[in-house]
Amino acid sequence: MPREKKQQINAAGLRYSFQRRSFLLGAVQGGVGLLLAARMGYLAVAENERYRMLAESNRVNLTLIPPRRGWILDRGGAPLASNRADFRVDIIPERMDDPKATVEKLGTLLSLSPVDIQDLKDKLTDSRGFQPVEVASGLDYDQFAAISVRLPDLPGVVPQRGFSRFYPTGPSVGHLIGYVGAASAEDYEREHIPLLVTPGFKIGKDGLEKQFEQTLRGEPGARRVEVTARGEIVRDLETREDVQGNAVQLTIDGPLQDYAARRIGLESGSVVVLDCLTGDILCMASMPSFDPNSFSDGIGRIEWKMLADDDHVPLRNKVLKGLYPPGSTVKPMVSMAFLEAGLDPEETVHCSGGLRVGNRVFHCWNRRGHGTVNMAKGIYQSCDVYFYHFAQRLGMDVIAPMARRLGMQEEFPLPVASQFFGTVPDPQWLKRKHGREWQAYDTVNATIGQGYMLANPLQLAVMAARLATGNQIMPRMILDSSKPQFQSMNFHGNHTEVIRNAMYDVVNGPGTAGRARLPIDGVELAGKTGTAQVVSLSVSGGSSGPWKFRDHGLFNFFAPYDNPRYAGAVVIEHGGGSGAAYPIARDVLTFLFDPVLGLEKLYELEEQWGGTPAERMAKKYAAYAEEYGIDIPRPPRNPAVITREVDAEARAAALESPSVGANDGVRPVENDAEIPPAGTAARERSNTAAGSTTRRGSQ
Amino acid sequence: MNRFVVPAPLARLPWQVMVPLAMLVLFGAAVLYSAAGGSMSPFSGSHLVRFAVFMAMALVMTQFSRDFVKWAAYPVYAAVVLLLVLVETLGAMGGGSQRWLNLGPIVLQPSELMKPAIVLVLASFYQSLPVGEIGGWRSLLPAGVLIAVPMALVLMQPDLGTALAIAFGGGVMMYLAGLPGRWFALSALAGMIAAPLAYFFVLHGYQQQRVLTFLDPESDPLGAGYHITQSKIAIGSGGIMGKGFGEGSQSHLNYLPEPHTDFVFATMAEEWGLIGGLLVLLVFGIVLRWGQLVARRAPDRFSALLAAGMTATIFFYVAVNLMMVMGLAPVVGIPLPFMSHGGSSMMTNMICIGTLMMVDRWNKQVGQNGLA
Repeated sequence: MPREKKQQINAAGLRYSFQRRSFLLGAVQGGVGLLLAARMGYLAVAENERYRMLAESNRVNLTLIPPRRGWILDRGGAPLASNRADFRVDIIPERMDDPKATVEKLGTLLSLSPVDIQDLKDKLTDSRGFQPVEVASGLDYDQFAAISVRLPDLPGVVPQRGFSRFYPTGPSVGHLIGYVGAASAEDYEREHIPLLVTPGFKIGKDGLEKQFEQTLRGEPGARRVEVTARGEIVRDLETREDVQGNAVQLTIDGPLQDYAARRIGLESGSVVVLDCLTGDILCMASMPSFDPNSFSDGIGRIEWKMLADDDHVPLRNKVLKGLYPPGSTVKPMVSMAFLEAGLDPEETVHCSGGLRVGNRVFHCWNRRGHGTVNMAKGIYQSCDVYFYHFAQRLGMDVIAPMARRLGMQEEFPLPVASQFFGTVPDPQWLKRKHGREWQAYDTVNATIGQGYMLANPLQLAVMAARLATGNQIMPRMILDSSKPQFQSMNFHGNHTEVIRNAMYDVVNGPGTAGRARLPIDGVELAGKTGTAQVVSLSVSGGSSGPWKFRDHGLFNFFAPYDNPRYAGAVVIEHGGGSGAAYPIARDVLTFLFDPVLGLEKLYELEEQWGGTPAERMAKKYAAYAEEYGIDIPRPPRNPAVITREVDAEARAAALESPSVGANDGVRPVENDAEIPPAGTAARERSNTAAGSTTRRGSQ
Repeated sequence: MNRFVVPAPLARLPWQVMVPLAMLVLFGAAVLYSAAGGSMSPFSGSHLVRFAVFMAMALVMTQFSRDFVKWAAYPVYAAVVLLLVLVETLGAMGGGSQRWLNLGPIVLQPSELMKPAIVLVLASFYQSLPVGEIGGWRSLLPAGVLIAVPMALVLMQPDLGTALAIAFGGGVMMYLAGLPGRWFALSALAGMIAAPLAYFFVLHGYQQQRVLTFLDPESDPLGAGYHITQSKIAIGSGGIMGKGFGEGSQSHLNYLPEPHTDFVFATMAEEWGLIGGLLVLLVFGIVLRWGQLVARRAPDRFSALLAAGMTATIFFYVAVNLMMVMGLAPVVGIPLPFMSHGGSSMMTNMICIGTLMMVDRWNKQVGQNGLA
């Protein structure tokens, strides 16, 4: 039945079915047509604005022109950091077709060394694709042109004219100024602006470059160009000039900074000089350092190896982050505390070479004793027994507040990322920190700047300045034409004069630093020597033996003694004694008053050291490149990690040795004979304490 | 008056379609002229030449008799299948996939020829199928084989777009031939179930990617989604009036991929705006409506199916291409008839037009002979 029915339908119905179905198809087609028209209307009318913007942003490419960075000037207006016009080449990794071939080709065109190529590959591996990677800067025109004409074969390579940062005095300002470098992925996350991923743009990575980043940066220029999908420029539409960043003028005296840094020589140490009238920091040298010029393209393998191998902690700004037991340099401060507490400076004590404290004998550095000692002699002969005696009588509650008033444990308002401000121990601190009661021997240790007491070189300089002027000098780094009004320290009577005279005698009288006398008529230096013990007496003798076990040499000073204008401090790590420090202070001040005379001395020394720090570093780099080539581990990516690790090496090395206990084995030392700078023709390197005493006695 | 001036065969041509069609081709040539950066070569000139050549071919086709076409249906189909096999063999020997046959001056894409050929052979098949068999398996199985063989060959190339076009042409023929409606409903259901399976087991990686990208073009703006995104930008930024002739930044600065072939509509829309787009849609509407009328007026089953099938083939091209450039369909390589630069597509579409004109002539002959 159904089949029959179907046949009946089919006979006439097929024709009908075709008509019906073709009409239906036609309707569907019409419907699709309407749908398409509606869709097009939606795209072209409703969404028109959005798509027009997208088309425009396709067509127009905004190229940022990195702004010229503001200069960093010294107090005289000379640049400590400036810009040099140069040709440079960057790579934008994600635009490269064949990174390997491109790098090889660039290596050939720019004649890069294997080390440079390896460093470039390292940087490419680390980079996020959109972040430009610097290939080379400071190219000459021929190299630049060689790259430019081959651009079609080198996608992702960006040659350009630009400016790169230049530090005329290189390593001398490394710790102070810091350095610049391409923005890291972390920088870009923190500050998500296109400028940070513009080829050629550098951001402050350390020191003042980092602190004053926003001031120095300036406004980028821009170039609007019409580009094809492949990035070829069709035509220029518009160009806006960049606005150079603002200059930052420092209180630093550029030549003095350079001199001091170079004068430190092969030692590891720091020099601070302050202007006593304004608090201006004239010099803040810390060596060994790095050359900020060579860091701006990133830290390469060899540089990293050099840093890691150096036990002189080349990445730490020792002026702010070096903490040292101040040793005898605190004695003028302690004396001032005694005076203010009512001690008569003429009151004497008999030094027989030691003093019993509790059930132990504390020795004076001079085992034969100083005889009758008053306050002045206590300072200029650095007699420990004098201080043991009166400190026990007057107590730590007199000394600790004075130490803090004079700048110890103080964090100064300076534009730096961090300062280590050290410790002035007192009974409350000891209880809190170590959970024990203050003992008489703690006072005894503190009065000679040992035990728990720690200070940085800037604090020692400020201490000298405040003692010398009787004013509450505050150091500053940014030049300000206004002269600050410092509050008086309100020392009573002639106390300032008493201390000043005693410190004068250290250098110019029968004191411990006779050889620090300035070779300049009418300018007399006053100061105080200090020798800080690093390891327990049982480990090392202090002035000889392994470098890292030797005593630190310290010296703080002011000049001229009768009308203090400059104050400062020199700290030489493991210098063997204060004899390593005060000759540097003497030469730095000599340079300040008579540059020619100062330079003569420096040239003589640098000849023996093998050139200026920059020259020595270049030689060392060449030697390392020769020895290791590229077969050395690559540096960590993050500069902060590098700093930490380079520091960590030093710290680990220090930990290998038994540290100085607070109450055991303190060995009052005063090795004040002038120690010839490391690396100079060895005269008597091992002056004994006894030998120096004899000489001092005759002065 | 005109009757005496214009020869009768010429006067009987469907001018109401040929004039809009020629205008569309001219418009296409103008767009290609702009896409070539204001030059007749390489696209625009050859576009016009091809149209002229294939229009001549279409006019020759018009003269074929119904019996001849009926007789030729199976041989033509067999010849095109052979060509497809040949392409596969050559491709396999050449060590890769190949879609073209290089025949001296012309490059032939046999899969293109299959689109009208499948319509022709199915029209012939259903015309010869006894009326009573329409509801039975005899109406389905042979036709299914006729469709499946070329589809399989084309899929091996692999060319999903053309395979779908063949399937669509075949399906439309079956539908118009009067196969039971519930079969289509069932296969639609089966298709919905099969689609995900096909996606995971049949489609190639790049085809899967295209489907994914179609569903969310912004997910991959620089990769496969780039085509769709840039095409929509071109169309959307054109606005109502367009940016002006030769002013399209998307096409001229190479943001738009294939501005002269698959994405020629986007190239046009950027410079001519919504107005240009609607004009193109209108011309396609005129052509397709005429095709349907020709089919409906056809006196017999063969010519009716033939005309309707050819119309559906053109429609498929137009609809899929436009949906693709407007982001309504995934990117499948199907050009826009009469506007895209490309010989094979022009040939296919002109065969369809020629067939329609031929059927139209048969209709008119019937009318003259009074046998309607």
